[in-house]
This record gives sequence, C-alpha cells and structure tokens, in this order.
Amino acid sequence: MSALLMKAIPADGQTTTPSSFSFSSAAGLTWLLFVVLLVLFFAVLILKQKVNGIQERHKRKTDAEEQEQLQRYTRNLNSKQISKLINYRKRTRATALLLLLTTVLSLLPEGKLWAQSTNVPSSGSLLGETGIIITIILLLIPILFAVTFLIVKIINALNQAKNQQHLEEAEKLAAYLRSLPEEEINTHLKKRKAALDYRLSHHELSGNQPAEDEKGLLQINEQSGLPIVAIKKKALPRPNINPALSRLILWYLGCATFWLLFGTTIGEYVGIKFVAPDADHVSWLSFGRLRPVHTNAVFWGWASLGMLGLGYYVVPRVSNAELANIKYGWYGLWLINAAVMLGTVCLMAGINNGGGEYREYVWPVTLLFAIGVIFALINFLQTIARRTTKEIYISNWYIVAAIIFAIVITIVAYVPYWQNGLGETIIQGYYMHQGVGMWFMLFTLGIVYYFLPQQLNKPIYSYSLGILAFWTQILFYTLIGTHHFVFSSIPWWLQTVAIVGSAGMAIPVIAGTTNFIMTFKGAWYKIKDSYTLPFFLVGIIFYFTGSMQGTAEAFRSTNLLWHFTDFTVAHSHLTMYGIISFFLWAGIYAIIPRLTGKEAPQITIGAHFWLALIGLMFYTIPLMYGSTLKGLSWIEGKPFIDSVVLMAPYWLWRAIGGSLMWLSHLFFAYNMYKMMATRQVVDVREAAIQKLYDPTTPAQTIA
Amino acid sequence: MELFDNHKKLFGTATIMFIGLTILVAIMPAIRNQDMNQPLPSAEPLSPEAVKGKAIFVANGCVACHTQQVRNVDMDKMWGARPSLAADYADIHRTDFWRNTATLMGTERTGPDLTDIGSRQPSKDWNLVHLYNPRIVVKESIMPAYPWLFKLKKEPSKSDVVVNVPAEYMRGKEGKIVATEDALYLVAYLQSLKQVKLPDGTQAPAFLYKKEEKKIASAAGAEPDGKALYATGCQSCHQANGEGLPGAFPPLKRSPIVMGDNLEMYVDIIMNGYDARAEYGVMSAVGTNMEWTEHEVTAIINYERTSWGNNGKKVTPEEIKKIMEFVKLKAAQ
Repeated sequence: MSALLMKAIPADGQTTTPSSFSFSSAAGLTWLLFVVLLVLFFAVLILKQKVNGIQERHKRKTDAEEQEQLQRYTRNLNSKQISKLINYRKRTRATALLLLLTTVLSLLPEGKLWAQSTNVPSSGSLLGETGIIITIILLLIPILFAVTFLIVKIINALNQAKNQQHLEEAEKLAAYLRSLPEEEINTHLKKRKAALDYRLSHHELSGNQPAEDEKGLLQINEQSGLPIVAIKKKALPRPNINPALSRLILWYLGCATFWLLFGTTIGEYVGIKFVAPDADHVSWLSFGRLRPVHTNAVFWGWASLGMLGLGYYVVPRVSNAELANIKYGWYGLWLINAAVMLGTVCLMAGINNGGGEYREYVWPVTLLFAIGVIFALINFLQTIARRTTKEIYISNWYIVAAIIFAIVITIVAYVPYWQNGLGETIIQGYYMHQGVGMWFMLFTLGIVYYFLPQQLNKPIYSYSLGILAFWTQILFYTLIGTHHFVFSSIPWWLQTVAIVGSAGMAIPVIAGTTNFIMTFKGAWYKIKDSYTLPFFLVGIIFYFTGSMQGTAEAFRSTNLLWHFTDFTVAHSHLTMYGIISFFLWAGIYAIIPRLTGKEAPQITIGAHFWLALIGLMFYTIPLMYGSTLKGLSWIEGKPFIDSVVLMAPYWLWRAIGGSLMWLSHLFFAYNMYKMMATRQVVDVREAAIQKLYDPTTPAQTIA
Repeated sequence: MELFDNHKKLFGTATIMFIGLTILVAIMPAIRNQDMNQPLPSAEPLSPEAVKGKAIFVANGCVACHTQQVRNVDMDKMWGARPSLAADYADIHRTDFWRNTATLMGTERTGPDLTDIGSRQPSKDWNLVHLYNPRIVVKESIMPAYPWLFKLKKEPSKSDVVVNVPAEYMRGKEGKIVATEDALYLVAYLQSLKQVKLPDGTQAPAFLYKKEEKKIASAAGAEPDGKALYATGCQSCHQANGEGLPGAFPPLKRSPIVMGDNLEMYVDIIMNGYDARAEYGVMSAVGTNMEWTEHEVTAIINYERTSWGNNGKKVTPEEIKKIMEFVKLKAAQ
C-alpha cells in the first residue's frame, strides 16, 4: 500500500490525484478490451475441445472395435454394478437390464462455432474522449452478456447430444451383458468383485496392542472427539534454572504485565476521547496529560521490563554461566518500577519535561530508570565475561549493545548543553527514534535470535546475516532521527541524511527477516502444534512490513501526505505492538512454563493471540486510510476542520480495534496468572508419588 | 574472529561507532544550530504572563495535537505567511532546573498549527470561550475542554473576566463563569504566538511543492472559494450558520452591515476589526492578519451576502480594491 501511495504523490508534488490510472483513459480502455478478449479466447478453446470430443465419438466404428469397447466397459464395472449383474443373471435371464447409472454421451456436430469478434471501434483521438469511452463500455455490456448467453446455450445443447449418444451405447452394453456366458461371470467377474471389495482392517500397522509411550516422545491423546482448540505440544521442563533467577524473571514479567494492562487501559481511554471528547473534565485525566502516560507506561513499564526479564533468562543461558549478580537484577526492577510510577503521577499532575515525545518524564524520574538499566548492563557484562563458551552468541551482541546505546541516548537527551533553540529539535528527533530502534528493536531482536531457534529446535539460518544486520542497523539507524522533522527549519542536509539512512534501513530489515524466515524453512509444520511460534511469525511479518513502512514514510513526497496525520500513530502501533509486543509475548509464553511448570489454557492463549492480531488490524488499517484522506484534504487546502470531521469514522474504528487489543491483554494477564499462580492446585499424580514415599505427611506443593 | 570473541573489543567497537555517529548527526548539528542562530531583530521576548501561559500549555500536553512549525511546503501556507526559520526558535532556552527547552514544534497536527495563532485568532473572548469548551464555538471540535481553568462565581466582581458560556454548557449550574489567572496567562501566550516579520529586504524562503492548478486557476481569473475562506477565517466566531453566538459574537444572518449599502464600513471591519458594541467580543483585524487581497475579501462578502437567507448585492474585486486602499489609509492614520 505504501508503494502505491508513494506513487500517488509524485516527487515534485505538482498534482494531487492519487493515481493517474483511470478506466476512462485510453490505457484503461485497452486493458478492459484485453481482458474481454482473453475471456472470449478461453471460451472458444473450451467449445472447440467439446466439439472435437463429440466428433470423435460420432465416427463409425468397426465391429471389432465395438466389441473391444464393450469388453472394456465390462472389465471396468464397479463392485455394486457387478453384484447387480450377478443378481440379475441369477434371478432372471430375460428381463430388462437397468445397469448403468453413470451419464454418458452422443451428438450432432454444430458445425464450426467460432465466437464472434467484439465490436472494437478503430482507435483514434476519439478514444480519449470520456463520452466516447463511456458509450463503448455501455455498448460492450449487452454484447458481452449476449455472447455469454450464447456460449452457455451451446454447451447445453452439446451436453444433450452427448447424453443421447451415451444412452445408445448403454443399450448395446446391456445386450452384451445379457449374452455373457455363465463361466465368464463366475470366474472373472466374481474374482474382480472380491478384489474391489477388499478393505484394510486398520490394524495392519498398529497391531491390536494399546499405544505405549516407552521413550517419553509420544503425545497420546486419550480423549478422542473434536477438540475446541487445536492440541499443541506441552512446554518441556528446564530443571536447571536457578530458582532465585527464576523468581527474578517472573517478577520482571509480572510487573511488565501490570504496566501493559495499565498503559493500554489509559491508551484505550485516550482513544475513546477522540470520539467522545467530553467524556470527563478532570484535569488529571485530560487528553494532553494522559497521552504521554500511555506511551511512557507501555514503553518503560511494559516493553522495557518485559525485555529485561527475558534478557535475564537469555544472557546467562547463551553464556552458559550463572547470572553474575541477582541482587542487581532486583535493584533494577525496583528502580524502573519506581520511575514509571513516579513519572505517571508527575505527568498527570502536569509536571513534564517540555513536550518532546517519549522524554516527557523530568530528569530525576528518568535518572531512576537509567540507573536501573545500568544495573542490568553491569550484570550482563559480568555474566558474559564469565561465559564458558568461546564465542559470544549473537543474542548477547544485540542485548548488550541495546543497553549501552539506551544509556548513551538518555545521556544525550537529558544533558542540557546542546538543547537550546533548534538544538532541542535535533536531539529530540535523534532521541525518540534511537529509543525505538536501538533500545526496543535491538534488544528484542536479541531475544528473537535466542528463542526462535530454540522453539523451532534448529539453529539460526545464518549467523553472518545476523552480524550484517547488527552492524548495518548501527550504521543506518543512528542517522534517521531527524526524519520526523522533514521540511522543518532544521538544516536541509540533515533531513537528507535522515532520509538516506531510512532507505538504508532496508538492509538490516531484509537481512533480519530473511534470517528468521529461513530458520522457519523446513519447520513450518511446527507452527500448528506450537502456541509460541504464531506470535513469532506475526512479529516477523510486522518486522518486515512495519519497518519498511517506516522507510516509505521518510521520503519527502510521502511526508507531504502523511506527516502530522494519524498515519504516524498507526505506524508506531504496527511496530511497537506488532513487532515488539508480539515478540515479547512469544518469549514469555516460551519460558514461563519452563520456569514454573505450569501452562496457561490453550483456549485463552488463542483468544489473546487472535484478539491482539485482529484488534491491531482494526486499529491501524482504518487509521492509515483515514489519515491518507486527511493528508489529501490538507494538500488541497480545504479548511482544517474538514479534516477533523473526515477522521471521525476512522477514529471510531480505531477505538474498536483498541478495545479488542485491550481485551486481549485481559486474556494475557489471566494466562500469566495461570502460569505463575503459587496457589497451586494439588497435582494428583505428584501428590500420590509423594504419598508413596512419605505416607505420614500430607502432600506438599512444589512452587 | 578475535574482535567478535572478545566482549570488550566487540562492545567497545559498537559503542564507539554509535557514539561517533551520534556526535556527527546529533550533537554537532545541535550545538551548531544552538550557537549559530540568533533571534530576528524584531522578535519580542515573551511577556511574564505569556511565560506563565506557556508553562500551562506545556503542563497540559497541548503539543500532543498542536504543532508550532510552518513547513516550507505549499500546503502549510495556511499556517503562516512564510516558512518557519531556525531564527524563530533561537531565543528558546531551557525552561528551568527541572525542565528541558520547549520549542514545542510537535509531530502531530490533530488540531491546527499555532505558529501564528496570535494573528489568526487574537480575540480574548473567543479564546476563553473556546478553552472553557471548544464545542461552544466549533461544534465538530474534538479538543478537550479545560473547565478547571475557570471558576464559577455567583456575583463576579468588576475585575473578574466573565466568560459568556451558553446555558447548555453550564450543566445546570447557576452563576457566571470567570476566567482564572491561569486561563488568562494561557490566552496571553496564545496571543503572543505571531510570526515575526523578516527585516526589510530579506527574502523569505519559498514554499516548495506548489500546486500547479491553483496558479492556472488564478491566471484564468477564477475567484477564490468564499465558503472555504469563511470557514477558515470567520466561522469559528460567526459560526457556520451565520448566527454567531449570543452574547459573544454577532450574527451575520440578516445583519444590516452585511446586507446594507455601507461597503466602506463592511470592508473596514473585515480588514481592521471592530469594537463598537459592548455586548459582543472585540473583533481583531482578521483580513489584515490573514493578508487578504481584494479577491479574497470580495469572495467572502459575496458568500456572506448570499448565504443563510441573505440576499445582498454582489460586489466585484475592482470596487473592493478601491475601498480597501481607502480603509488602509484610514487605519494607518
């Protein structure tokens, strides 16, 4: 779609029509005629084949040929027909035979039926005239209808003739069957019937023994019947995780879930305010204050804590070492939670940093967050230093680099020495885009490089593609920040650098996508019995489409159309939600069952997945469509309020999509509860075993 | 490779590369722009009230929907007479110890751009009503209402600024709505947002991506669309139905000025504003602020004279041009 729209606004911006293609142009007419002629051509081909078939049958056959034909028919009788024949021969030897049920044929050739040519007017300058074109199209409609009608009629006539011929042939066959000698029936036909009636007993391969799982590899479905949700494979237990680390990870992910619920509840409400601006008149809940509450809570609360939680699992695992310092992990968790909590209260109270997106938290709040991240960095670096593998697995490249870059970005964004006047704008563009691309995207890619191969149980397709993507991401992504301020008063060359960098992003994105998709190669079948892989797949798809959409949006021509509209909002949801959140969910569903030994009900995981995906589509597609219209309305110079009125239905659709997404988070929270709840239902098998060993004490639960 | 198997070298290289690029594309351009650009000679610093108003603007997150940048593209012409320049932002410094610089350029235009709102809509009365609840004056608006910037008073004192809120928006409350200081500060800030004139002889940068058809149309003598001009320049006060807002903005429907013969006064009001009737708010010099030519003024007069049941005599650009020159001289005196 973006490509189409890009074409719609040519680079020189001199016309405002979306596309030059039109059915009333000469080119449009040519295409229409071409399609019509193509259809007619195929119709003629079909007719010709039918006519040939009939002619074939109509040719006079010699007696020998005819005899052979009858014998062939007899040999090909099916079991039912044979038994009828035998019965018939047994009971009566003289009555009429109604044997063949199948339809068959005969005919008179209609002569050559060449389809008529359509009334093509000679082309000329007149063809360009709209009136002429409309007239031609209007004329073509009845002609086309008549041709279609004629063809259908001819086919019917041919079929009738064919049936006539078949009936004649059936008469001959019946006579032949009546005259068949007795021993022919007893030997050949009965033998043939026995062969046709042979059926497998269905125990040839399995034998008559019940299924037995000797090696713990089989999934024996004891309840047959139709399942409501597809039965997927259970997670494999990972017994060698340090329980203290496991607890830390669960807390990170639990807090992340809380911020997801909180942040999207706010987001949902903010979306509703587009439709019902007078929903409330409380200063703390006004749109301008809640919007950053939503974005910051899902950024620093949900996504950041979620990533770090998964990072605490991945980094020690791929280093094949224990985590260096569990305590630091807890400090980080506390600090980040405190930052988001304090930041939220500040924003709602009207205390913010000055309006730059995603740095609305004042510096003391962000400082807490930064220290929390620094604890993670020290922890991860020390863990990697103690690794027992020679190489550093690529996940750790991405994860550690993301943390280092996040710290650099935060320092650049909050140190005041280069923030006066336009300096603020240049830093803002840099900061907000690096925050998205270097913190969230890079970290999440690191997580995917671990979990995707693990879930597919095969190595990553190409390690070197991952390395290429890593370095090119640093090279190009760092440049693109100012593409948020194209046509503003920041230097033109800087805008151009940002646009070039955005185009360069195609390299890491295509490399990454190829790597992930090729890792799936030969293992696609695993999607249907895994509940994590669908999340990964959606994430990969949006990684490609969402990122390339970002490139498309960066060009000057597309900026004319989409900049300042809700297109940006749709894009950020496609990426932060479609990529980051889906990947995080995939990782969370992959590890928590391994840590706790408990799984969420498949039906609620399915509900989470589908509601999130469908909700995202309902959210983004109407918003992209509406904002394109909005941009066109601005280009045409229509009164501003027109563009507000125009957006109303799309904002309503966005609220509906948002509600579905929000609902999916309720399911996700429920799933988290089911996977983590310490109030465990007594596992009968587990308890029974324990009772065997220690009959005096009641069953204990294992957390 | 040694580089890839040594975590210090690997992460060190990545960090140096990232910081290097950061310095090149962010820090150096930022410092250069901060130090190189100076405010325009005629730029006035914000008044103390406007500074407080800006803080309220920032605190309420108005930048989420309102940009303050006129891009150098033709479609942004409606927001200012010239594209914004680096100099326009040069005088914006760090807010205070806790808060960063607020250029408030913004990235979303859910509401109108505010670069030049002080010229486009300077009316205090309108701004206050609009802040109390935007839907009083713009039915289709989705901007939040800011009632907490106002107080309800039974008997306002003489110094109180009373806002004329229609009964349906009072939600059954008795008394008068009075603007708080915060509301007045915010309006002072909005009124201060004006594009600074370039020094004489300086050529403003051009608007790019001009619309081809428009040029052709004006060359062929086609007049601008009066209805669209009315919607952009007049409708927020006088309303789409021409009935104005009782107690705040007068109706144009069946107005003696619109329908009457005193074209001079009519054009004078459009171009230079009006403040002769105590029961209504002050009208600013809309036409002059919007830099309307005789073609736009003619289109608006003809639209107003033929709408909402009005049937006044149509005017031509030629006669309006003469009157405009006359009222311009009169306003200059």
